[in-house]
Amino acid sequence: MSGRRYLALGVVAGAVPLAVLLVFFALPVAGMLQRGFFPDGRLDLDGAAAALWRPRVGQAVWFTAWSASAATALTVALGVPTAFVLHRLRFPGQRLLRGLVVAPFVLPTVVVGVAFRTLLSVSGPLGGLGLDGTPAAIVAALVFFNVSVVVRTVGPWWEGMDPRREEAAAALGASPVRVLTTVTLPALRPAIVSAASVVFLFSATAFGVVLTMGGVRYSTVETEIYLLTTQFLDLQAAAALCVLQIVVVVGLLAVAGRTGAGRDRPVDRADRRTTNRRPALRDLPALGVTGVVVLLVTLPLATLVVRSLRVDGTWSLAFYRRLQQADSTEAYVVPLSTALSNSLRVAFDATLLAVTLGTVVAVLVTRRVAGPVARRTLSAFDGVFMLPLGVSAVTVGFGLLVTLDRPPFDFRGSPWLVPVAQAMVALPLVVRTVVPALRGVDDRQREAAASLGASPLRVLASVDLAVAWRPLLAATGFAFAVSLGEFGATSFLARPDTPTLPVMVYQLISQPGGEGFGGALAASVVLGLVTSVVMAGVERTRVPGAGAF
Amino acid sequence: MLTLDHLTVTYGATAAVDDVSLELPAGQVLAVLGPSGCGKSTLLRAVAGLERPRAGRIRFGGQDVTTTATHRRGFALMFQDGQLFPHLSVAGNVGYSLRLRRTSRAERRDRVAELLGLVGLPDYAERMPGTLSGGERQRVALARALAVRPRLLLLDEPLSALDRDLRERLAADLHDILRAEGTTALLVTHDHDEAFTVADRIGVMREGRLVQEGTPAEVWRHPADADTARFLGYAAVVAGAAAVPLLSAAGLRAGAAGGLALRRSALRLSVGGPLTGKVHSVRTTAEQTRVVVDLPDSGRLDAVAGLDVAVRPGDVVRLGVDPSRVALLPVVSGAGTSEGPGPAWPQA
Amino acid sequence: MHAPHHPVLAATLVAAAALSACSVAGPPDRAGEASDGGTAERGGTVTLVTHDSWALPRKLVRSFEQQTGTDLDVVRSGDAGALTNKLVLTKENPLGDVAYGVDNTFASRAVDEGVFDPYTPAGLPPSADRYRLDSDDQTGDAADSLTPVDWGDVCVNVDDVWFDEHGLTPPQTLDDLLDPAYRDLLVTPGASTSSPGFAFLLATIGRYGEDGWQDYWRRLLDNGARVVSGWSDAYEVDFTAGGGGGDRPIVVSYNSSPPFTIPEGDDRPTTSALLETCFRQVEYAGVLRGSDNPAGAQAVVDWLTSRPVQEALPDSMYVFPVDSGAALPPLWSQWAKPAPRPVTVDAADITARRSEWIRQWSDLVSG
Repeated sequence: MSGRRYLALGVVAGAVPLAVLLVFFALPVAGMLQRGFFPDGRLDLDGAAAALWRPRVGQAVWFTAWSASAATALTVALGVPTAFVLHRLRFPGQRLLRGLVVAPFVLPTVVVGVAFRTLLSVSGPLGGLGLDGTPAAIVAALVFFNVSVVVRTVGPWWEGMDPRREEAAAALGASPVRVLTTVTLPALRPAIVSAASVVFLFSATAFGVVLTMGGVRYSTVETEIYLLTTQFLDLQAAAALCVLQIVVVVGLLAVAGRTGAGRDRPVDRADRRTTNRRPALRDLPALGVTGVVVLLVTLPLATLVVRSLRVDGTWSLAFYRRLQQADSTEAYVVPLSTALSNSLRVAFDATLLAVTLGTVVAVLVTRRVAGPVARRTLSAFDGVFMLPLGVSAVTVGFGLLVTLDRPPFDFRGSPWLVPVAQAMVALPLVVRTVVPALRGVDDRQREAAASLGASPLRVLASVDLAVAWRPLLAATGFAFAVSLGEFGATSFLARPDTPTLPVMVYQLISQPGGEGFGGALAASVVLGLVTSVVMAGVERTRVPGAGAF
Repeated sequence: MLTLDHLTVTYGATAAVDDVSLELPAGQVLAVLGPSGCGKSTLLRAVAGLERPRAGRIRFGGQDVTTTATHRRGFALMFQDGQLFPHLSVAGNVGYSLRLRRTSRAERRDRVAELLGLVGLPDYAERMPGTLSGGERQRVALARALAVRPRLLLLDEPLSALDRDLRERLAADLHDILRAEGTTALLVTHDHDEAFTVADRIGVMREGRLVQEGTPAEVWRHPADADTARFLGYAAVVAGAAAVPLLSAAGLRAGAAGGLALRRSALRLSVGGPLTGKVHSVRTTAEQTRVVVDLPDSGRLDAVAGLDVAVRPGDVVRLGVDPSRVALLPVVSGAGTSEGPGPAWPQA
Repeated sequence: MHAPHHPVLAATLVAAAALSACSVAGPPDRAGEASDGGTAERGGTVTLVTHDSWALPRKLVRSFEQQTGTDLDVVRSGDAGALTNKLVLTKENPLGDVAYGVDNTFASRAVDEGVFDPYTPAGLPPSADRYRLDSDDQTGDAADSLTPVDWGDVCVNVDDVWFDEHGLTPPQTLDDLLDPAYRDLLVTPGASTSSPGFAFLLATIGRYGEDGWQDYWRRLLDNGARVVSGWSDAYEVDFTAGGGGGDRPIVVSYNSSPPFTIPEGDDRPTTSALLETCFRQVEYAGVLRGSDNPAGAQAVVDWLTSRPVQEALPDSMYVFPVDSGAALPPLWSQWAKPAPRPVTVDAADITARRSEWIRQWSDLVSG
């Protein structure tokens, strides 16, 4: 096969994820925008324009930018030291902590909100902090949800870094702080920028957290879109805000691309397996930060577990039992085990899809191409797949309902629409996790392999995969977690008899009366537990002799 | 046989390789020599198939490979820093291309052992690249490149990253190994010692163009021009009228050349020498005395004297020219009369 | 190879292959008919679009299926607001055949948009008439298209035990809540994010009028009212009797909440609903225009207003049946009292002014 034919292969390979994105993301969003900007079939921007000048919108934009930036900064500040402790040191219980840190990522926001508020409310154990209903509580909850993004993106990257560079700097007389700032952090930058942009997008589009923790006093662009769409049916204003959101997201991605991933230099990867060391005195600051993170994660989780086990003032497993005996109590739709198996099956399909498509995207955007036009095309291709994280799930969800209902895209109600929708959310995470690793590969490694007779696919397997398998595993775990916890799009699409676990949690919590609520807590605990176990399992997996095939 | 036919490779508007044609017969080693940025690496990458030429053809064994994908050319490329696969052991690296060709395990093991023996690392099979020194890495990289007996071996500054001692030793080894394997090789380097030690033929490149090509002796004796001469380590280039007394002192016919290039030791203080000069400065080294002299017609030049000769600045001395230490340059229009010591190329 | 060969990979691959064979792409249940999306012949399936609170016993669903020979698919679509808006947005190509769960605060929007076809069950109990929408205003055929199924009163609830312990008389009316004696004691879900929260806002609008409600809310907030996002937040976290150990003994909830606070082994609730403070929510069912199975859809509406379903509503969905002849659970008839004079606001007004009211309310709360 000639080089030209590999180029054609690349274009075809890139067309597949792009087509999926167009149909299952761009089309629905466009459908909603069309309804907003063409209210009566004619272009009418007055309503949309008026919406943008409401003082509420200005406040919402400001609060979104402020809270998402603060949450991102804090998440990175806490997540990076935690990544170090969990991935570069060695101590008993480490694996357990790694699993624990991921659990929040998938928990339904409503339930976590309740757990947080139980802690922070004036009468709660942490009521003295006076945080209930403050922006600080919103930021804390955002950090709670997202810290695992940083730990799991930066950690594996750090694990693969050659420690001798740091040792060399130390030998040259650099203090530990200088080693960190002049050697370690610059080397980690691609991973950190990658994680930070994902966290920012998650934070900027979180609405459950903001509504629950802020006690409706604070509104973000996302909560405004949610209210405009689900309560007011003001599609003109919603469309205006959605465009605003897209503009902000694209701007952010451009900035992130400029400051980070664009200039990745090949990194010396550890040639031998890094041996993690035992914690020492000098690790105290990092250990301290990790302690804070563990506390931040554990306290709400513990609250959740405790409340799920307290029935009428006594300890009991009644909530869990009732979840499983759906038929006998008749209150719940499906038994817990059914919802769980639905969730696992859907998440499996979504993960498979997200990892496959995400890997294709990551591989394509890290190929060396000649010419500024080709480079710009690839970089735009890269950015486009981040959009699903930055656009309101409500817009996408409603859009799926109104656009995918007729041929050629008559998919509404298809059982595989749920995994596809979830994969759209997981895909950017896969791309962001894998791209920095692939960018870190010296192009000459690929050239050396090619000159030795390895075909491009072979180069991919023996050079790229050898470096990327660890991040790829992390990405797989991530994608799985995202799918397990995804609620936004799923709630619009879940089939009547196959609710996923998060959908079940929301249905339970929607039932007036305390019983449904207890069940929701119990189901959330199960969801968090399953996620942690799956993550730990993924972590234990080793790709045998990656690169040897 | 590798044939490059009017090959041009451009980056944007600039031509990194500009209309280069050359031939490399089978079994020979050609070194392309040039300063950094002269386009020699691009030339190598184009031959490897890593850059697409703007114009011209690349043929190998009569077959046009200009658009053939890298991995289908049957060549092997070795980089300056080896680029070993960090996740594979030494044996894994060396056996990489054998595995691509589905060579049997036993055969692979034998060939890996043979190659490691050839490069002088017989006991290194299980080591990981991270544990090797720079020289060892290059030897492993060489063994890896040789593993499948490539039709053409491409070497990109294979020894430049090494320290001088090691470089000299490895250059000699490389020469022997390439002969032992009968390998056709194209080597690019900026180090003329490396080139002269390893290669059967030398090409000199400057600003994208191949300015000279020939056997090491030809190139050495007859640099194509002043710049080439200086690049090859000649300390001074003297042209025009200034060259006449030097040429006649060397017993060479004036008019046969546009000028001549002198090595540092081309001028020697000798009592009955045909030239007269005034000592400008004196420096004593372990083996000889280095003197800088001002010649009335030829300007300031380097010269040497035996350790037993005692001279001081200001002395007027007689000098002779060693014809084996000068090179004749073709007539170049507009050449200056006398130029001082050239840029600091690595000295012999 | 430094990475150890691990059997886990092989196992994972095998498991992957096995799992994908039985993942959603090929589950046993109804995958085949899934793709018809409402255009093809349904072959005896009727799809009910409802809200997330749907929880009728399976037994009843099964008996419906047996009696009518139709399969009943239940699609839950968010809260009443999201449900209504989905129905409006998909009216060209409806999500199902029949909808249940649009309440009186959203009803006129759905009716105005022409989401429903007229239908009234022949056997609708006379007691249901008082819950029907008015037909004489601009909502036109509202009364004909939507059939009331159930109702519930959103009322301020108080923790009687707490008031006992603190030697305080619980409040009675909305006015009482402004009394400094009850400072910092009320928690309510937000009107913008919660359906009972909006009902409470309507109660104040109905009681104090277009000119007075904002002033009332200003004073309510001045008196320390806490606004949280959802009902579960208010009740389960902040309410003293809600299980979360909260600090607010006054909460906006339902008139059906008190029976759930009867302690184990006791026969009296520890909380009560203030019946002077209630807004009545009524939930409706209707046949979706463009349904492929209008007969099946009508059968579902009939079924929802039939005696067995009406009697099951309190226990499964915590609402009152519109059929006054339906037997209530004993605890309900004793402890869940309907408000004698619930506050009312005109349905068409609600549709017309909803956004404006919520914006004004949000500005008050954020201010």
